[in-house]
Amino acid sequence: MFILSRRFILAIALGLLSFPAYAGDASKEQLKSLDEQVQEIKAETLNLAVQMRLLEEKLLYPSTTQVAVYVSLDDAQKFRPDSIEIQLDGKQVAQHLYTARELEALQKGGMQRIYVGNIASGDHVLQVLVAGKAAGGAGVRRKGTFKFRKDAGPRLLEVRLAEPDAAMISLRD
Amino acid sequence: MPRLYVLFACLLLTAPALAAVGAELNNRPHRAEYDEARYYAHQGEWFEALIRFDAGQVRSGGSAPKGPARLPGLLAGDFALSYRMDQRAEAALQAVIDGPVPEAVRNEALFRLAQMYFRNGRTKEALQAVRRIRGSVPAAIRADLAFLRANIALDSGRPAEAVAILKDLQGEKSLEGFSAYNLGIALLRSGSEQQGREQLDRAGRIDSSDRAAMAIRDKANLVLGERLLGEQDFPAAKKVLDRVRLSGPFSNRSLLSSGWADASQEQFGNALVPWSILAERRAADPAVQEALLAVPYAYGRLGVYSTAAGKYEAALQAFGGEIARLDASLAGIGQGALLSSLAQVEAARDVDWMVNLRERPETFYLVDLMASGEFQESVNNYLDLEQLRKKLDAWAGDLAAFEDILRLRSAYYEPLLPAIDREFRQLDGQVRLRSEQRNRIAGQLEAMERAPRPDLLMTADERAMSEQVAGWERMMTPERRKITPQLWHRIRRLRGALVWNIHADYDRRFAAARAHLRELDHELGMLIEQRRSFEQTRQAVAGSYQGHGDAMGRLRQRIHAAQGTVRALSARQGQMLESMAVKELTRRRDRLEELRLKARFALADSYDRAGKAGVRGKGAQ
Repeated sequence: MFILSRRFILAIALGLLSFPAYAGDASKEQLKSLDEQVQEIKAETLNLAVQMRLLEEKLLYPSTTQVAVYVSLDDAQKFRPDSIEIQLDGKQVAQHLYTARELEALQKGGMQRIYVGNIASGDHVLQVLVAGKAAGGAGVRRKGTFKFRKDAGPRLLEVRLAEPDAAMISLRD
Repeated sequence: MPRLYVLFACLLLTAPALAAVGAELNNRPHRAEYDEARYYAHQGEWFEALIRFDAGQVRSGGSAPKGPARLPGLLAGDFALSYRMDQRAEAALQAVIDGPVPEAVRNEALFRLAQMYFRNGRTKEALQAVRRIRGSVPAAIRADLAFLRANIALDSGRPAEAVAILKDLQGEKSLEGFSAYNLGIALLRSGSEQQGREQLDRAGRIDSSDRAAMAIRDKANLVLGERLLGEQDFPAAKKVLDRVRLSGPFSNRSLLSSGWADASQEQFGNALVPWSILAERRAADPAVQEALLAVPYAYGRLGVYSTAAGKYEAALQAFGGEIARLDASLAGIGQGALLSSLAQVEAARDVDWMVNLRERPETFYLVDLMASGEFQESVNNYLDLEQLRKKLDAWAGDLAAFEDILRLRSAYYEPLLPAIDREFRQLDGQVRLRSEQRNRIAGQLEAMERAPRPDLLMTADERAMSEQVAGWERMMTPERRKITPQLWHRIRRLRGALVWNIHADYDRRFAAARAHLRELDHELGMLIEQRRSFEQTRQAVAGSYQGHGDAMGRLRQRIHAAQGTVRALSARQGQMLESMAVKELTRRRDRLEELRLKARFALADSYDRAGKAGVRGKGAQ
């Protein structure tokens, strides 16, 4: 998004450089003071958000049963996923259609938490179904099946998508 | 003017920084949380990115967040800057600068800090920050740093220094147009009038397909053209102004000025060309409004008074329409229409809010205002507060849901726990007993390694037999041994056979005893694991509904307090926006009234002249 904003703000800035500033109307001090207060409430809300996230995890996904699945792109230039489906022990738990922005975020190294849930300790099977486009634009569909073990602690799994010719889907702890 | 430098310089740098810092985090714990933060950051969802970043911090630190000083590195500064939390960004960047980091990282942090100061109008601090940059500077920010230095120099009244820096930046592709234009301005400010004009002329001829570069090219031509116009060099002004594209942010003003360049040379027919194009455009634009009067003025000067009168009438009608529109906008703002439009924008997560607001009746006339940094900042703050309000409301609901969950869990588990605890105590007793037994046996075996005790390894039969033999031995007093020597010998043989067996078989029995101890260890281990798992589950069950009350109560209080603060700040921010909007709309309305008055006088004059011309015509006939 910051690319879009950058261009847009730039255009606006260019368009109106010679127009007067308006801060004189609502004094600059007032604006500054208000801005500082907004920053303070942002910090407080952010802290609350973190506490809420931790509380939610503790209550809904305790570490003894928590499993989280993340998606990342390995060779971003060669493969563009359109959609992904995650199955856990044969049951679909998540599916996602990627927007251009999400895809760009993955390509730049971001990692998406696609699923978080609870499972019992023991052996489990994770199945990943991906549809997308290869470097040449050809449609690609791939399926990967992985076994993993859930112990007492939380289990974080990373589904890493790569270019279609190699092992396209891999699982990392 | 400095606003351009600031905006451009600030906007250039965010993207590469994120990538660079992200790579650094790959080797740290809680990478998933940080990478997820980057996933949101790359989508411009800064609040979500910051939540994940801070959660990662809490998890890795194992304690509650203590503020920005704990945030590692530039990533924290990036996110905070992007979410317009300058105080937090400043603290985060300062922590990097003061921390044990490589020179290049420190310099990058100083650069961003300087950028932030400059954007906020704190030029002195910006200058101090860039002056602290020494040694290695990451290649990705070198050009931008130089550009920032030039802008700071320009803003601090040192144009000659800016000229020197900007000259070196002329080949920099990423600053195409901007460095050329700024160099022209810097030259003009440094007193090199001719060189400045030549530079602006060069900036106005840049060949580029980049939108930003084309816009700055138009800007260069407009500035140069208007300068020439002011000096009454009309042909040169016309030539430069006509280089501005017909579409683009500067086209209206350039068309107006181009017309004046012709009109000033008494070429009213030529002036009608740009003015007529302009007069057909959106009448809210001040240049278009002036063109509505300029067109009939040109017709009048050409002697076509009837057409001029018609155009003045059309202008009057247009002005009337615009005044009515402004009145409606003002009334709408009074009824809260501006703020409700902003709320809709926030709900739609509209990143191009400025573009879309321009099309709404209550904000139709606020284009100029919307382009000002202060108004943008205020709108962004208002939208952020609106977002915070929704989040806080949602969390208040979430807390209620969590409390329900806790209640249900308590109702389910509480009756089950006494029985579970009884079973646990039983299991625990077994474990303790077996542990004691095991320890005793292990102790004995250990002692037997030093001093063998075959008697301890007798079988149950042997032990029974040994006791039997011992009983007989006790009965065999010395007197009786003499009476029944045969029986005594048989008892002795039995004792001897027993002792022989256990001594002869001692090593095997000792080895077997060690093996049995190992088996016992295994069994005991399983029992202990069972107890541990039991304990863990019991703890998890209790933890799933116990001990959250106080924390949730505190959260509820904080959320409630934050809701109040957000409401109050939102109201103040909204009032400020409305006040700025009303002042701007009133200013524009006053200007339109002036133009309408002029149009009325001009209309009357045109009719008068048309009438006189008609009389003269008849007289001539």
